[in-house]
Amino acid sequence: MKRHLISAADLTRDDAVLILDTAEELARVADRPIKKLPTLRGRTVVNLFFEDSTRTRISFEAAAKRLSADVINFSAKGSSVSKGESLKDTALTLEAMGADAVVIRHHDSGAPHRLATSGWIGGSVVNAGDGTHEHPTQALLDAFTMRRRLVGADTGLGRDLSGRRITIVGDVLHSRVARSNVHLLTTLGAEVTLVAPPTLVPVGVGAWPCEVSYDLDAVLGKSDAVMMLRVQRERMNAAFFPTEREYARRYGLDGDRMATMPEHAIVMHPGPMNRGMEITAEVADSARCTAVEQVANGVSIRMAVLYLLLSGAVPEEPAAGQTRTEESK
Amino acid sequence: MDAHTPPAEVIPPRPVLEAPDIARVLTRIAHEIVERAKGAENVVLLGIPTRGVHLARRLAAKLTEITGRDVPVGSLDITMYRDDLRLRPARALSRTEIPKDGIEGSVVILVDDVLFSGRTIRAALDALNDIGRPRAVRLAVLVDRGHRELPIRADYVGKNLPTSLRETVKVQLAEEDGRDSVLLGLGETSPAEG
Repeated sequence: MKRHLISAADLTRDDAVLILDTAEELARVADRPIKKLPTLRGRTVVNLFFEDSTRTRISFEAAAKRLSADVINFSAKGSSVSKGESLKDTALTLEAMGADAVVIRHHDSGAPHRLATSGWIGGSVVNAGDGTHEHPTQALLDAFTMRRRLVGADTGLGRDLSGRRITIVGDVLHSRVARSNVHLLTTLGAEVTLVAPPTLVPVGVGAWPCEVSYDLDAVLGKSDAVMMLRVQRERMNAAFFPTEREYARRYGLDGDRMATMPEHAIVMHPGPMNRGMEITAEVADSARCTAVEQVANGVSIRMAVLYLLLSGAVPEEPAAGQTRTEESK
Repeated sequence: MDAHTPPAEVIPPRPVLEAPDIARVLTRIAHEIVERAKGAENVVLLGIPTRGVHLARRLAAKLTEITGRDVPVGSLDITMYRDDLRLRPARALSRTEIPKDGIEGSVVILVDDVLFSGRTIRAALDALNDIGRPRAVRLAVLVDRGHRELPIRADYVGKNLPTSLRETVKVQLAEEDGRDSVLLGLGETSPAEG
């Protein structure tokens, strides 16, 4: 593992499997009467959120607290940022407070990378979503949910998603979730197909390691998991599709479409859902929809990421998967 | 051989316990547990990964043989409770599996392969604390090699093996390594590492 988690593309297959395996063990802590581990006692995790978010911020906060870290929440609204403070000065402030990790969400793509490489702060940087670039922990929790559902919680340990066919549907252009998922799922051996109206497919998608289709019905029948992306109304300033109704009819998932999917296939949604738009209430409330499960898994994944980034010595080179030896007792 | 001259060539690790010895030792420990715990009622065996878990399972099988009852057995991963996490790259976690009836009010017997600095057991006691409140906690180890750094001792010891810090103790178990043996070799070790 590197010291920062900026992009899902930085993760090797072994890194990713280690994170998923660690999350699998940490998920069991949630079933215990005391849902807390002492591992990051005395470490400080700063949630630096320049953009609105409930579930990601709460998820990181819960994860850090379950590992006994101290959590400082910083949101741009009502802070010095609204008075015009630069990212650099904010970072220097956090560094002066002794932040061991900074979890950053920013409306500009590349802000976490800038923070990690600028030398402004000494701690680890975790990207919690930057612009339309990446959202690696979301991709990890999606992969975790898929591995649990498609391979099995216990049988999945140590295994990847090779041979699974994943379809990602919707606003790929603005979606950092889609971008991170394409990288991570491909690293884990899955075959990814993007389905979107041509206007919502990013330029340069040809270089991505995935297929692109404009026809949802054609790919549903051979998908192990279908991930519905949120139509981001706040980013729909240009006319990407004629009407919402037309979008829903061609690219929305309803009960009839879900019936054409294989029996074991799952429906995923990163949330928040627009019911009636990309997903109907019937699908969202069905047992095949993993949206709520994904939120729960998010805490386990973020615990795993914080544990792996913060608990060990600063790594010289990847030393993942080390086992305890007799000599080390 | 003169004790002061360093060995001219690498000496291969020497077996101090072989498969039949390990089986005998585990049988003896099982009997000691039954004797001291008055029939091993309320006993829960928790192995410390990796090899402690296999030893705990073997002990449980022997206890069942002796008492005719099923003895709950589980595993307790102590990685998140170690005091040396910052000294090494992040470690992979192992499974913690607590038997379904829990450990509340029971006699927990921690099982590990080698007792060295005692820091692993310290971490295990902390981990137990977060899971429940057993009536008592005991410790069973296959090998006690000395060099304790904490006031911890084992209640059931397979073999006391006086060692120097220049020696290594390696336990091999069939489930993990394909064969049963305890090997004593040469090589720098520090109990402070764990």
